[in-house]
Formats: sequence, C-alpha cells, structure tokens
Amino acid sequence: MFGLRRSNGSRLYLRLAQVWVSMKVVSASDSSLLIVLGDVTSLDNHERVMSLFRALHRLNDPRIRNLHPAYASVLIDFDPLRLSHEEAASLVENLAGEKSSQHDLAANIVTIPVCYDIEFGPDLQEVANHAKIPMREVIRLHSSATYRVHFLGFTPGFAYLGGLPETLHVPRLATPRKHVPAGSVAIAGSQAGIYPVDSPGGWRLIGRTPVRIFDPDATQPTRLNPGDLVEFSEIDRATFDATDR
Amino acid sequence: MAIRVQDPGLLTTVQDLGRYGYSHLGMSPGGAADSLAMRIANLLVGNAENAATLEMTLTGARLEFDEESVVALTGGECDCRINGDTAPMWQAMRVPARGILACGGVKTGARSYLAIQGGLDAQPIMGSASTNIAGHFGGFEGRGLRKGDLFGVRKGANSRVSTLKPKAVDRLYSREPLRVTRGAQHDWFGVEAFGKLLSCPYTVSEQSNRSGLRLRGESISPRVRSQLLTEGVSLGAIQVPRDEQPIILFVDQQTTGGYPKIANVISADLYRVGQLRPREQVRFIEVAIPDAIQLLREQEEWLKEIFRC
Repeated sequence: MFGLRRSNGSRLYLRLAQVWVSMKVVSASDSSLLIVLGDVTSLDNHERVMSLFRALHRLNDPRIRNLHPAYASVLIDFDPLRLSHEEAASLVENLAGEKSSQHDLAANIVTIPVCYDIEFGPDLQEVANHAKIPMREVIRLHSSATYRVHFLGFTPGFAYLGGLPETLHVPRLATPRKHVPAGSVAIAGSQAGIYPVDSPGGWRLIGRTPVRIFDPDATQPTRLNPGDLVEFSEIDRATFDATDR
Repeated sequence: MAIRVQDPGLLTTVQDLGRYGYSHLGMSPGGAADSLAMRIANLLVGNAENAATLEMTLTGARLEFDEESVVALTGGECDCRINGDTAPMWQAMRVPARGILACGGVKTGARSYLAIQGGLDAQPIMGSASTNIAGHFGGFEGRGLRKGDLFGVRKGANSRVSTLKPKAVDRLYSREPLRVTRGAQHDWFGVEAFGKLLSCPYTVSEQSNRSGLRLRGESISPRVRSQLLTEGVSLGAIQVPRDEQPIILFVDQQTTGGYPKIANVISADLYRVGQLRPREQVRFIEVAIPDAIQLLREQEEWLKEIFRC
C-alpha cells in the first residue's frame, strides 16, 4: 500500500503502458477520484490514460458510474454509498499489477471522408492567410496527417484530436458561432475536431464530412472513440452530395 | 393513453435519474435537476423511482389527459389546478378523462416534477429516458416539449399509490448554506480565496441553466495562475474561470473542462442546486468528505421513512 490512507494528493506508482509512472490521486468530490498521470499533453501521458481507462472500463464494476479520460488524467465517478474513496483508489492500484496487453495499446484506425468545399469551410481562406500558405496546402496538410483521439468532451461525441501539423495552428475565433452544423470539420490551436451535432462553436471550419459522427440510437453511438487514430481523406462535392446520410 | 401539451411552459423536459456509463463519449449524466423531488413524485404514484417524469422550469405546463390518470406533482411550489380547481402538491391525485392539469408558475424554487402512474413512454437511449438537449436526443425528440406535442404513458398495472407522513417534506428546501467539499484544485486557491467563497453571499445569475449556475459576488483569485490541462469534471464542481466568478457545474455540464475547481457541492445537496432561481442568494459551508457521505446515507434513509406504511 502506498499511503492510501490519505487519499487527497497521495502518490502511487503504477505500471501503465509498460512503464512505471508516478500518479496523484485527488478526491475531487464526495463521489469521485481524479487520477492525475502527468501535467502535459504527450503521447506517453495519453498511453497511460488509455491504459488505465481501458482497464477500469473492462472491470465493468457497477459501483463505478462514469469514467472521464482526458489529456493526462482519468476522473472516476462512483456511488459513494457502495464504494469508498479508499476502495476506489485500491482498485486503481490493483490494476497496476496487471500487465498491459497488446490489445490495450492497439489503436483502431478510422478514416473520415471530408469535403473541403468553401461552403463547408468558411474559414479556409483565413487559415491559409494566417499560415501564409495557399488554401490547397491547408487541405493537403490537414488530410495527410494522422490524428489521435485524446478524449471526448464539449458535446456528445466531440473528439479532441491531437496531431495537427504545426503550420495549421491558428487561434480559435474571437467570437464563437452560434450555430455550427453537425459534421463540420474544424481546427483550433494545436487541435482538430469534428462537430458531431449542431451546436455553437469557436473553432475554424475548414470542411464537412457526410459521415454521421454521432448516432444516439446505434450500439456504438460515437464514430470516434478515446484512443482511436484518425485520418481524413478528401472527397469532392459530388461525392459528398451523393453520400446517403 | 396519451397526453397533449396545451402549453409547455418555459422549459419542460422528460427526465429520469440520468444516463450513466457514457461520459467518456462526452455524454453528461443529465437527469432530474432535483432528483429527490422527482423520486418522491414517482413513489407517490407507485412508479419505480427511475420512471420518466416531466421536469418543468419556472413556469409549469398545461396538459390535457385523454384518459383518467393518477399523477403527483412535487418540487418547487406551484399553483396547480385540475379543470380549474386547486390541486394539492406532494400527493397522488386523479385527473379525470379529458381533464386539464395546469401547473402554473413555480413560486418557490425553480423546478416542479410531474409523475404519471405508469411513467412516460419514452424510449431509453444509452440506458436513460432523460432529454440530452446538447445532443438533441432522449426524452421527447431530444428537446423541450412544445404546444401540440402528444406523448404516451405506460400502463401502470396494479400500481399502488403512497402518501407522505404529515410535514414530511416541510424542511426539504431549507435556506441553509450549500455544503461543499474541497475541489480538485483547491490548493490553487489560498486560504483567503476559499474563505471568501465560504463567507460571502453569491447571487445566481440569469445566465444559469441545467449545465451550470453562474454566480455573481466577491471575486475568487487563484494563488496559482497557470493553465489547467483539460480534465474530467465532477457533478457539482465549483469552477473559477478567468473572470473569477464561480460557476456550479450541474447535470447537463460538459464532461471535461479546463478551469480550476475550488470546491464541490456535496451529493446530498445537489437537489437543492436544482431549485435555485435566478437572482437568489446562495452561501456555502465546508464539510469533510466522510461527513458528506454520511449525509447522503442519512438522506437515503430519510427517503425510506417519509411514506406512510
């Protein structure tokens, strides 16, 4: 036991993603623990998060209500009348003993078709101006990178994608749009994303996918899931229009 | 059996106890903002406590029932009438066939709950019938009710109504400070900032909803001014954005966030957050986590003991 008596701020050492890492266990509320695995966005931290998240998810413990993976942490929300903070911390500690399997680290690769028509990408020109490259080069760069789903948040199904080429790092809009259509492909700062549902949004819109990103009635409601690898492939307007949605 | 919406009120949504197990896909738990009132409404008409109910915000709905129904209205006090006659809250009552139930304005608190024997016929999506407004799904077509909407009610075969003991809910909505535990980034704030949160009154802003309650009052300055890496947020977290005015994150909150959390409303007091009105004053008091869990345990015991037999 690694000082689990004091759950706030105690440190444990866990074997995650084949390496031993230091982690901080914080009682975020009377029904949750925040497991902090690092303080930067990095591939190492992402793999640690995914390793812990997948192991916890696989437990399928009815006392655990929700798991919130993020850049370098996992928030565990549980029923405090059935699971104590100490027991929850022990669960995390016990998972450390399990060796991460290849299965844990294997990523699903998802290809998303994107139409970069100017109607769908009203910010393409501004992104090109900001990056001082032609619009065509924005499209080429965006559709040639491989992205990683760090986590989902903001709205149902919204995946935060890391891996945007540095040339395309542009600040978000000063004033968010009140209405961004579902399927809009967007970038902001070092991140890329796709708006899964009609929502407000402050990211720069550069295209749109005809693929349904969020389908609440499907067995797997989100097209992108934590840990997935994502690639964008360009389609023309005719293909977009012909795609049955 | 069907119910027609004659007037939806300000915002009336279908809610049960919420959607769990999907926050890693960006799904907030949702569910009744005042889950205690909602559970009592269901128990009064003999429903399972998780049956789908209507949550009405500030202004109640006017509904027409095609068949005789047994209903119960709980939560914020409203001027409830059946075919024009005053009808009591916190007890099961009969609405005759072709009857009109008008819930009127919510006079104290912010939300009232209507349970109908059998439960609303809403398809569970990801394990819950709750309306997810941001995702446009769940409840009734993923949105608040509109005039003319027609929804079904499940048959409540042999459901037995219950009654509350006298004065059982008299002290449910106390004006006492909301109890909080320390938040995930409590140490980013000094003693002075935390002291302010605990000693100064805050006013609930008009820009408050089921996602979060914006508070106005003394500013809370963090001691540490660094950028927080976006992380998961817990229900009832009190986050402090750059304008230093606290926000209580609530049932429809985003699942992740990048602002430091100074405190967290305890589970046993979340139902009271659901009854805070715009312009209402709120105060906070700190409790330790074991005490917060004990208070939740006592609340669950209390809920079992307030019914006659």
